[in-house]
Amino acid sequence: MDVQGESWVGRSLPRVEDAALLSGCGRFIDDLGVRPGTLHAAILRSPHAHAEIAGIEVAEALAAPGVAALLTGADIKRLTSSMVVGVKAPLECWPIATERVRYVGEPVAIVVALDRYLAEDALDLIEVEYKPLPAIVDPVRALAEDASILHPSLGSNLASERSFRYGDPERAFAEAPHRIAIKVRYPRNSCTPIETYGVLAEYDPGSDAYDVLANFQGPFSIHAVISRALKVPGNRLRLRTPPDSGGSFGVKQGVFPYIILIAAASRVAGRPVKWIEDRLENLAGAVSATNRVTKLVAAVEANGRITALDWDQIEDCGANLRAPEPATLYRMHGNMTGAYAIRHVAIRNRVVLTNKTPSGLNRGFGGPQVYYALERLVQRIAVELRLDSIDVFRANLVPAEAFPYKAAAGAILDSGEYRIAMEKALEQGGHAELVVRRDAARAQGRLYGIGYTAIVEPSVSNMGYITAVLKSAERKKAGPKNGAQATATISIDPVGSVSVHVASVPQGQGHRTVLAQVVADVLGLKPNDIRVITDIDTGKDAWSIASGNYASRFAPAVAGTAHIAASRLRDRIARIAAQQLNVKAEDIVFKDGRIGAANNPENAIPFSRIAAASHWAPGALPGDVDQAIRETVFWTPPELTAPNDQDEVNSSLCHGFIFDFCGVEIDRTTGEVRLDRYVTMHDCGRILHPAMVAGQVTGGFAHALGAALLEEYVYGEDGSFLAGTFADYLVPTIMEVPEPIILHHETRSPFTPLGAKGVGEGNCMSTPVCIANAVADALGVADIELPLIPSRIAEHLHGPETPPKRVPTQAAPKAGARQLFGEGSATVRAPRQAVWEMLLDPNTLEKVVPGAHTIERVSETHFRADVTLGVGPVKGRYKAEIRLADLVAPQSMTLSGKASGALGFGDGTGFVTLEETDGTTMIRYRYQAGIGGKVASVGGRLLDGAVRFLISQFFAAVAKQASGDTTRRASGFIARLLVRLRRPP
Amino acid sequence: MKPAPFDYVPAESVEEALDVLEQTGGEARILAGGQSLLPMLNMRLARPQIVIDVMRIAALKKVEETGGALIIRAAVRQVEIERWPNLAKDQPLLAAALACVGHAQTRSRGTLCGSIAHADPSAELPLVLVARGGSVHLRSRKAKRKVAAEDFFTGMMTTDRREDELIEAITFPPNVPATGYAFREVARRHGDFAIVACAAIADTKSARLAIGGVAERPVVRAMPLPGSSALDDALNEFAWSLEARDDLHASARYRRELVRRIGKSTLEEAVRCRA
Repeated sequence: MDVQGESWVGRSLPRVEDAALLSGCGRFIDDLGVRPGTLHAAILRSPHAHAEIAGIEVAEALAAPGVAALLTGADIKRLTSSMVVGVKAPLECWPIATERVRYVGEPVAIVVALDRYLAEDALDLIEVEYKPLPAIVDPVRALAEDASILHPSLGSNLASERSFRYGDPERAFAEAPHRIAIKVRYPRNSCTPIETYGVLAEYDPGSDAYDVLANFQGPFSIHAVISRALKVPGNRLRLRTPPDSGGSFGVKQGVFPYIILIAAASRVAGRPVKWIEDRLENLAGAVSATNRVTKLVAAVEANGRITALDWDQIEDCGANLRAPEPATLYRMHGNMTGAYAIRHVAIRNRVVLTNKTPSGLNRGFGGPQVYYALERLVQRIAVELRLDSIDVFRANLVPAEAFPYKAAAGAILDSGEYRIAMEKALEQGGHAELVVRRDAARAQGRLYGIGYTAIVEPSVSNMGYITAVLKSAERKKAGPKNGAQATATISIDPVGSVSVHVASVPQGQGHRTVLAQVVADVLGLKPNDIRVITDIDTGKDAWSIASGNYASRFAPAVAGTAHIAASRLRDRIARIAAQQLNVKAEDIVFKDGRIGAANNPENAIPFSRIAAASHWAPGALPGDVDQAIRETVFWTPPELTAPNDQDEVNSSLCHGFIFDFCGVEIDRTTGEVRLDRYVTMHDCGRILHPAMVAGQVTGGFAHALGAALLEEYVYGEDGSFLAGTFADYLVPTIMEVPEPIILHHETRSPFTPLGAKGVGEGNCMSTPVCIANAVADALGVADIELPLIPSRIAEHLHGPETPPKRVPTQAAPKAGARQLFGEGSATVRAPRQAVWEMLLDPNTLEKVVPGAHTIERVSETHFRADVTLGVGPVKGRYKAEIRLADLVAPQSMTLSGKASGALGFGDGTGFVTLEETDGTTMIRYRYQAGIGGKVASVGGRLLDGAVRFLISQFFAAVAKQASGDTTRRASGFIARLLVRLRRPP
Repeated sequence: MKPAPFDYVPAESVEEALDVLEQTGGEARILAGGQSLLPMLNMRLARPQIVIDVMRIAALKKVEETGGALIIRAAVRQVEIERWPNLAKDQPLLAAALACVGHAQTRSRGTLCGSIAHADPSAELPLVLVARGGSVHLRSRKAKRKVAAEDFFTGMMTTDRREDELIEAITFPPNVPATGYAFREVARRHGDFAIVACAAIADTKSARLAIGGVAERPVVRAMPLPGSSALDDALNEFAWSLEARDDLHASARYRRELVRRIGKSTLEEAVRCRA
């Protein structure tokens, strides 16, 4: 039996997905209809990075129009149990804040109402009393003795520590002539899919079961986490996914805590509840890749050959360890030696908790962090030993004859010809010419650099790799975990048409197109004849814990499983056909929609007729065929075994190879990095659909370019979140992404049914460090921090600054710190004593505090106020406390205030002095202020100016009041003429 | 991200809009292209009780050219001016800056007067209006007045507009013969708010440089002509006087450096462009 003619696989067919998507007919979760009576949820989120919740007042919100239910952490604790935590530590993990908040954006309460507008209106009426605690943002600081502790039950911020040793690293270091070290910090970033999270949940009290529709992406091991948290067996949690999902890149794994919250809310409300995450929620609270601090030391021989590596990784998982974390740290564990044949490795892994959004899946998952250290180190080896980078690669790449190659920590590199691929990339990518360009640019005094990376791209994760975080004895107790079950079902209906169902939950990649190609090849049909269904219903479909869209598993695992299922069905159909055509089954050919005899093309019957035989004439089937209606295959590769007692683990089934190089030029004036050329060579095994592979590489490259140059979830030192909109979290657009030159060198994987390997994540791993290496080369520096912000690069370019003729007195705040500093002055046509008395008089204070509705006097020097504060149209109502201290009448005082409201909170201290000359008083003030919450997250760019404006407005009002001009409001034209508000030049 | 409740008034005439403004003053906001106001409403950063939509008012959709001056009324979208005949010749600075205002999508909705009303310190259009010595036409039910752009912007997102006033139009003065104009900005990405934006105007005797994105409003200053030994000092003093601040996109030092360096090259370009 064979399929004759050219195969569909390997051709760039138009995607079956595109007609609907490009004509606005996609079926995303928010497009699907809901049952009548469905309610809508909105979530109140913490403005604080770290605070005790002293109280939540909900009565007013519950009484608001249209509100059906309101849940706080206490309700969720009552209705659910803590989500499973992947390390052995006294840690709980709730999907909502319970006694304290631990990151800005953490859910604090859920309001369920008739519509989202009413739900958000009611959020404004919830009053939460927070007692702020010191926040921890820096993962290294989190380990300090005196650090504020996020989880008192844990006793520290260290959630897990393990050390590993493979080979004999101590001896290798002792024998090596060189020790070359690097310390790097990988920043926080994410992949920000265009469609945010969505959940529609319903509780059925009759069967104590939940029915949930969510744009969850897998892995479906999380189904077990959700059902356990909801306190129902798995068969009482029916989890479905919509037909389309608008991107995920790992991020939509992180919807699962919201599945728990919304499911619980539907139970309380007694009605279906829908929640669609908005962009503010997504950026602040969805999920982030981990940031990591890595010290990496290599033992190196004179020719650049690395004999041992010593890793020390501090992984920052944010405020909680959410399943499957700390998987980001262990995803690469079996292959911490990259593309290199290094036999001796020591690893120390620490997982810390900080006041940031909990981390989770993100395209590249652990790869960017590892390769940022490893490939920066390889460049440093070349620089420090004065070697050509290419020669360092040549000395270290795993040789072609060694495959399948077992890496020091247990990964089995399935196939590859790394050196050949590299040499081919250099030649086809025009490396020699790039060197000439660099030299010519440098000769003209321009800043030009070339960077390189060689990496291994893992795909098809071993579901057992995360258990490497446990000690061998702990693993034994928990039972072995391994494998990566992929599923595919092929079915044939009574007219002989073919359907395919998989549990791969695509998020735009084009799985349906490729599966149609694969199955069409097997059955001798056209891809158009095959209908592929990819939404999943755990109540009906074949699935397992590894189901889902992650670890680049589609081409190597899912497409291969569909191939096996189709082949099994074909073999049975062949036996039916053999009986009818009176030939041997081995001689049956499937071609052009017909099934016939190999040696006699005339002797053939249409595919559909024989394929439908199991429906219409089951009694006439050959004895060895029970049916040819439906075939479901579960496939798991035998190579994915559980970690052994030596902590060796084959963390992934396939290992693609990538060799990248690029040329960059840096603008000497602006520090901007211009990518002159980017070449990326891939060995992703057999290519099933070249255009989709190009799409994956280009998409990964764009994400990586963002990580290298633009994107960072910036936190202030106080834990405030400063990148809450796409005006501050900068994603590259088409204008910022040049087209990379994509090359291929194919070595098929011996471990996958089709010989394919994953290709979706590699550039997220290779590209950030390749660009960083090029920038380091251009600048001639060793320390390079991502993202490569022009302002930061310019620090290397702009020499000492010419001071102004008048030296400014203000302290320069550090970038990123949320402490704002400033000073100013106001001139008042009134004697000093009068101004002084006014500042202490609550009646006048009420008039001068901008936007004051009421001022209540608590004591001589303590006032409580209800104020509306804002700049331009941006206004919010706040409760404020104002205190006066250090009174030296009538010269100086310290004025301090705190305010909190729906838009956030702030506090500040101002030192005020009064000087009188000829009946005119000069008020001078210096202040420092801190701002947090929503305004800090979405208005970071304007915050400093806004604070300055508000404070100057206050003193302008003081001046106006003291000058006796109370007839016009502060914004009046005449008031401004009368009161000259000056700031120091 | 749903706005707090507000009343929506689709005004049919300027008079109707002004009536509502007079009655409600500070509680009302004017909705034109919605490119700044709508996100602020959705984020609940702004909570006006009344939103007055002026985009249906035919009288506000007009553009007039009078003696070379361009008078642009409140409901004129940026894309209409971007495509205005001979804009690059007649209003070269405006033409150069418009290309940097957001993206084609936002320019197809956003208005020029809306950007002036919003007064974002990094926005390009306020900068150009100040650099060119343009003016803002304000009207309330009782009176009309014209304010010079330099006086109109009083601080961050704060203007001289009174609560009962509508920005009816803005005027860009006519191009001056034998004068060169240049515009340059540095932003993190194409279409982002400027980290530093420079607008330079030079004739044979004098030069002006306007800077956006650094101080809390656009600031214009007379500058020595390029080639003068006094230029570097003047740029340095200008850079320091703007009281640059750090934010997550750029340090204060970087902003000052760009004012000095890009400011200079923009002035030089203006000199080269003198007709």
